[in-house]
Amino acid sequence: MSGEPILRFAEVSKIYPLPAGDVVALDRVTLTVDPGEFIAVMGPSGSGKSTLLNLMGCLDVPTSGEIYLSGQEISQMSDDDLTRLRRDRIGFVFQQFNLIPLLSAVENVEFPLVLTAGREESRLRAIEVMRAVHLNDALFTHRPAELSGGEQQRVAIARALVNDPDLLLCDEPTGNLDSKTGSAIMEILAAENREGKTVVMVTHDPGVAAYARRTIRIVDGRVA
Amino acid sequence: MFFSFATRNLRRHWIRSALSIIGIVIGVVAIASLGVMGNSINLLAANIITDVGDTVVVTPHTAIGGTFAGDPRTTVDAAIPAREVEEIRRAANPHRTIPVLQGADEVEFGRGESGYARIIGLEPGDIPVLLDIADGQHLRQNQAGALVGIHLAREYGISPGSRIAIGGEDVRVAGVLAERGMGFDINPDYAIVVSDGWYESHFGAKASYPMVIVRVGDPDAIDAVKDAIESRINRREDLVDVSDSREMLGQYEEIYDQITLFLLGIGGIALVVAAVNILNVMYISVTERIREIGVMRSIGALRREILRMFLYEAVILGVIGSVVGGLLSTAFGYLISVAAIEVATAGTTFGENFTVFDQSAVGFIVFGMAFGIGTSIVAGFYPAWRASHLAPVDAMRQK
Ligand SMILES: Nc1ncnc2c1ncn2[C@@H]1O[C@H](COP(=O)(O)OP(=O)(O)OP(=O)(O)O)[C@@H](O)[C@H]1O
Ligand SMILES: [Mg+2]
Repeated sequence: MSGEPILRFAEVSKIYPLPAGDVVALDRVTLTVDPGEFIAVMGPSGSGKSTLLNLMGCLDVPTSGEIYLSGQEISQMSDDDLTRLRRDRIGFVFQQFNLIPLLSAVENVEFPLVLTAGREESRLRAIEVMRAVHLNDALFTHRPAELSGGEQQRVAIARALVNDPDLLLCDEPTGNLDSKTGSAIMEILAAENREGKTVVMVTHDPGVAAYARRTIRIVDGRVA
Repeated sequence: MFFSFATRNLRRHWIRSALSIIGIVIGVVAIASLGVMGNSINLLAANIITDVGDTVVVTPHTAIGGTFAGDPRTTVDAAIPAREVEEIRRAANPHRTIPVLQGADEVEFGRGESGYARIIGLEPGDIPVLLDIADGQHLRQNQAGALVGIHLAREYGISPGSRIAIGGEDVRVAGVLAERGMGFDINPDYAIVVSDGWYESHFGAKASYPMVIVRVGDPDAIDAVKDAIESRINRREDLVDVSDSREMLGQYEEIYDQITLFLLGIGGIALVVAAVNILNVMYISVTERIREIGVMRSIGALRREILRMFLYEAVILGVIGSVVGGLLSTAFGYLISVAAIEVATAGTTFGENFTVFDQSAVGFIVFGMAFGIGTSIVAGFYPAWRASHLAPVDAMRQK
C-alpha cells in the first residue's frame, strides 16, 4: 500500500447541543491511522471513545474538522458512496451489538454480503466466519433475542468480518465475554491484523489493549 | 431479498399488519360502497322518471303551490269545471288540451278476484297521444271498452279480450297499456283507462276534471303556454295551478342531488378517516423500526434499499386491504342497492334488468382501491424516507 494513511482526523470536534448546554464529546482531535495498524483506544467512561469510533466508521458526521478516508474527505462523498464504503471496506462491532431482531444469527451475519453477492455464497461465507469466532452451529438459526450477550457479541464480530473489510472498528469487542472467549476473539482480531487489516478497538481492559501495537488515550474528548 | 424481508416483517408483527389491513379495508369499503350506493340511486331515478318534457299540467289551485302533480301535499278533492277547460283549450291553442277524469271503483277481474282500482277517463282521441299500447288495440269512439295498466294486467292475468266488471258493469278489455313509469301527469300502470263517455255515464259525473294536460310540442313554447293559461284563468283569483314537467324533474333532481351530496360528504369523511387511520398505522410501524433502519444503514444498506423494503410492506398491506375492501364493497354496494331498488320500485318491473354495476360503480370501487393502495404507500414511504435520511448513529439511538 502507499504511504497514505487509511484514516486522518484534522481538528475534528463533535458537539451535542443539549438544552442544559452543549456537550463536547470530541474536542479538536487530530490523528492518523496507517494501513495495517492495530490500535487500542482507551479512556474513562464518557470520554468520547464511541463517538470517535462512530466518526471513523462514517456513521456520524463531525460538527467541525475534516475526516479523510484513504485520502478522501468524507463530507465530500455522497451518501451512497459512504454506505458502500461501510458495506465493502469497513467492519463495525457496536458496543450494543445492534443485531437485527427479525433475522436469525446467520442471516444477521450474511446481511452485508447479501446486499451485493448471491445468497448461497453469502451463506457459506457467513458460516465460515461464525465458526471462526467459535459460535456453535446449533446457534446459527437462533434469533438475537435467544442468544446470550457473549454469543450476540460474537455474531456481531462475525458480521463485521464477513465482508473481509480493510478497516475493522470494534467498540469493546470483549466487554461481555469470559477471559477465555475474550482471548480467542483477540486472537482472531490479531490474526486479521496480521493478514493486513487495520484494526481500531475501544477497550477498558489493559490485557486486551496489550494485543494492540499502539494505544490512543482519550480524556474529556481530547487525545491525551 | 427485500421482498422476503418485507413479508417476514409483516408476519412477525402480524397483529399490527392485520390492524393495518382492517384500517385499509374499512377505508376502501366506506368510499366504494357509498359511491356505488349514490350511483345506483341516481341510475334508478333516471330509470323511473318518465320523460315528459313537453307536458303542462293544470290542476285546481291548492294552498301549496309551485309544486308538481302527485305531490301528496296537494291531494285535495277538487276539480276544474268544463267551462274552465274550454278556456284552457283556447289559451293553449294550438297545443292539444287533454282533460282527465280520475276516480276509483271496485273492479272484478274474473276468477273471483276483485279490488279497488284507479279509473281514468279520457277522450278516446286523446289516448294515443298520451299512452302506448303493449297488446291489443286502442279504444274506438263510441265503443265501450277498457285499457288496463300493465301491472294490473300482469297481476290478474288480463289480456285483450278478457272481460272485467267495473262497479258491477261489464266491460271488454280492448288492450293492455305499455309500462309508462312514474309520470308527471297520470300514472296508468296500475289503473284502468276508459273513454270519457263511458266514465261519465258510469259514475254519473258532471263534466269536471281533476287535471287537464296540455301537450306542448316545443319545449321552448312551454313558458308561453303557461303564461297564456295563467293570465286567462287566474285573472281575478287563483283558480288553477299550472306546472310543467320541468318543475317536477327539477324537484327530483334537487332531491337526488342532495342525496348524492350527502353521500359524497359521508364519503369524504370516510376518505379522511381512512387516510388518517392508514397513515397512523403505517407511521407507527415504521417509527418503531427507525433503530433497525439505522443498523441496516450502518452495515451497508443504501437509502433506496431501505425505502424499497418499506415500500414492499406498504404495497403488500395496501393491496391486500384494497382487494378485500373492493370485494366487500362490491358485495355491500350490491346488497344495499338491491334493497334500495326493492323498496323504491316495490311491485313494479323497473328494478328488473336493472343493474347497479355500470361503469361508474366499477369506477368507484376502483377509485376506493387505488385510494387505499396510494394512501398506504404514502403513509409507509414518508417515515421510512425520513428515517433513511438520518445519520445511522442518530437512527440507532432512537427508541
Ligand atoms: N446523542 C448524544 N447526545 C448527547 N450527548 C451525547 C450523545 N452521545 C454521546 N453523548 C455524550 O458524549 C460524551 C461521549 O460519549 P461516548 O459514548 O463517546 O463515551 P464513551 O467514551 O464511549 O463512554 P463508554 O466507555 O461509557 O462507552 C458523553 O458525555 C455522552 O454523554
Ligand atoms: Mg462507548
